[in-house]
Amino acid sequence: MAQTQVSERELTMSRAMVEAVAHEMRENEEVFLMGEDVADYGGIFSSTDGLREEFGYDRVMDVPIAETSYIGAGVGAAQAGMRPIVELMFVDFFGVAMDQIYNNMAKNTYMSGGSVSVPMVLTTAVGGTYNDAAQHSQTLYGTFAHLPGMKVVVPSTAYDAKGLMHNAIRDDDPVVYMFHKRLMGLGWMPAPDGPKTGVPEEEYTIPFGVADVKREGADATVVTLGLHVHRALEAAEALAEDGIDAEVIDLRTLTPLDTETVLESVRKTGRLVVVDEDYRSYGVTGEIVATAAEDALADLEAVRRLALPDVPIPYSRPLENEVLPGADDIAAAVRDVQ
Amino acid sequence: MYEDMVTARYYEERLQEEYLEGKQPAFDISAGPIPGELHLAAGHEASGAGVCIHLRDDDTVTAPHRPHHVAIAKGVDLKRMTAEIFGRETGLGKGKGGHMHLFDPDVNFACSGIIAQGCPPAVGAALAAKKRNTDSVAVAFLGEGAIDQGGFLESLNFASVHDLPVVFVVEDNDWAISMPKERITDVEDGSRRAEGFDMHGARVDHDDACDVYEAAEEAVGRARDGNGPTLLEVQVHRRMGHFMGDAEGYRPDADVERHQARDSIERLAADLRGDGVDEADLEAIRSDAETRVDEAIEWAKEQPEPDPEAAHEDAFTNPPNGVTEEEPAIAAGDGGGDD
Repeated sequence: MAQTQVSERELTMSRAMVEAVAHEMRENEEVFLMGEDVADYGGIFSSTDGLREEFGYDRVMDVPIAETSYIGAGVGAAQAGMRPIVELMFVDFFGVAMDQIYNNMAKNTYMSGGSVSVPMVLTTAVGGTYNDAAQHSQTLYGTFAHLPGMKVVVPSTAYDAKGLMHNAIRDDDPVVYMFHKRLMGLGWMPAPDGPKTGVPEEEYTIPFGVADVKREGADATVVTLGLHVHRALEAAEALAEDGIDAEVIDLRTLTPLDTETVLESVRKTGRLVVVDEDYRSYGVTGEIVATAAEDALADLEAVRRLALPDVPIPYSRPLENEVLPGADDIAAAVRDVQ
Repeated sequence: MYEDMVTARYYEERLQEEYLEGKQPAFDISAGPIPGELHLAAGHEASGAGVCIHLRDDDTVTAPHRPHHVAIAKGVDLKRMTAEIFGRETGLGKGKGGHMHLFDPDVNFACSGIIAQGCPPAVGAALAAKKRNTDSVAVAFLGEGAIDQGGFLESLNFASVHDLPVVFVVEDNDWAISMPKERITDVEDGSRRAEGFDMHGARVDHDDACDVYEAAEEAVGRARDGNGPTLLEVQVHRRMGHFMGDAEGYRPDADVERHQARDSIERLAADLRGDGVDEADLEAIRSDAETRVDEAIEWAKEQPEPDPEAAHEDAFTNPPNGVTEEEPAIAAGDGGGDD
């Protein structure tokens, strides 16, 4: 069970991420960062803000807009024993470099029978809610979690973002670190309440595979991640006014997946709602429901899935609002399983 | 070089024999002691040997789907490589990689079975060398069929803009599987592509190992001295089909005859004789190579197949254990927004 971490100092999620990266870069000369617009610009979503000023261009490298070469170069540097952090600006751009991501980064450890390690962090921005249409708004949690060989991390708060980043950089395996744009605390993309949290100044790690029960409840289990943790919590507040007590679980990592926390909750509440900003078919919602069905079927009374219907993400505001699960949708789904 | 070349040639002859066992008379790719595809490099030996002779164990080489001659020249463990090709437990990758995916970290050798995709990791190894201020270099081998791939072109640019110690070796065997070179490029001299990236380019017009040696010496030296990357194209000859079982219906007989008539190994042997090397010495090198290859193959065949349970291992260096009963070092929390 999670414990409240007391810290006076509040940070945005992007500041918390950067703080962990800076700490690791100071501690370990082998850690470096590269990506498009990560140096002077500080990352389009402020994911690398201020790092170039401290570490210079040699360790915070702007690269050509050519994902295959620089993500693949990250693989090569990692195999040589360095610890690159490589940013793919939008997860939607994965296609141009997927061969390096999937056929090299994710598979070389296995194909080498464990003799090759790829200690690399691939950071990437995910998520919609700002009308950027179908090539800049996806989350694709399911795509990356579906591919074996990579660990997949999705922070929802500043506290988690820092601890998970420390862990990601220190991990000897490739980690895909997916940060939701709407949670970063950008001036031009206001975050909901929640992601800006107290963050200790000192280093700390959050282990992978440990979900966080963000809100305890007895009547239904809401399993989610990323932005939708906050939407689920908002829904839970509304439900509480109606006397429905929802438990909200933040998965935090998809690989490894904390099935025990999910099952424990489902055994307690008997009702499961899974919320995901990714596409519905073959995605996180199906995975969680299947896990519950396999191991807690007797306790399961009702199940609902909320995810993007299987359409590309539309541009127009009312259309995007229609397809992205909102707090009201989550509340309705929880009421539906009562 | 001669030793590496005759070793590679004989090795592949022996692999071919082993590969065809159980696959005749009807060719079944999954039958026999060596499963899967097999891409042989007969006719490519001069490029592997002529380049890798300038490399040390701490230099990185990435090879494509046709890797054996390069692996041998780089000093990859012959027995464990062979065991890997036979899919055995003691293979380089414990039987998980196979002939297109050979990894030997002891000599910094890696493969990618996908066209041009070994280029970016080689660039990354060179980047690591530069960042660490070592004088090690990286060499990416690829075929001329890979020169239109983004992974190759992006890597040339990346290596050039950062002055990285990397050599791209294009093995031009005139055939991208069934596609003749003239149908994939108007640039006959592929090394000219280097000009577009403001990097050095060189071409060796025939597979004379001594010419490759000299061109590679300059390219590797340039990289090692901190003077940036080189694109080196070497004309080689594909004496076999693209893969074992390829009937090569697309290939004119004259082309096959022309390639069979040129043999870099015979040429090098003639040169060596001309330099006064005794035939007996050449024979001794060949004989030693054959002995080592035969031993490697016999050893590999005696190795056990992997335990099926091992298929579940090695996806990660630090396998995720899922949830333990222990509390995390610092338990998470606070982030919920509900407090």
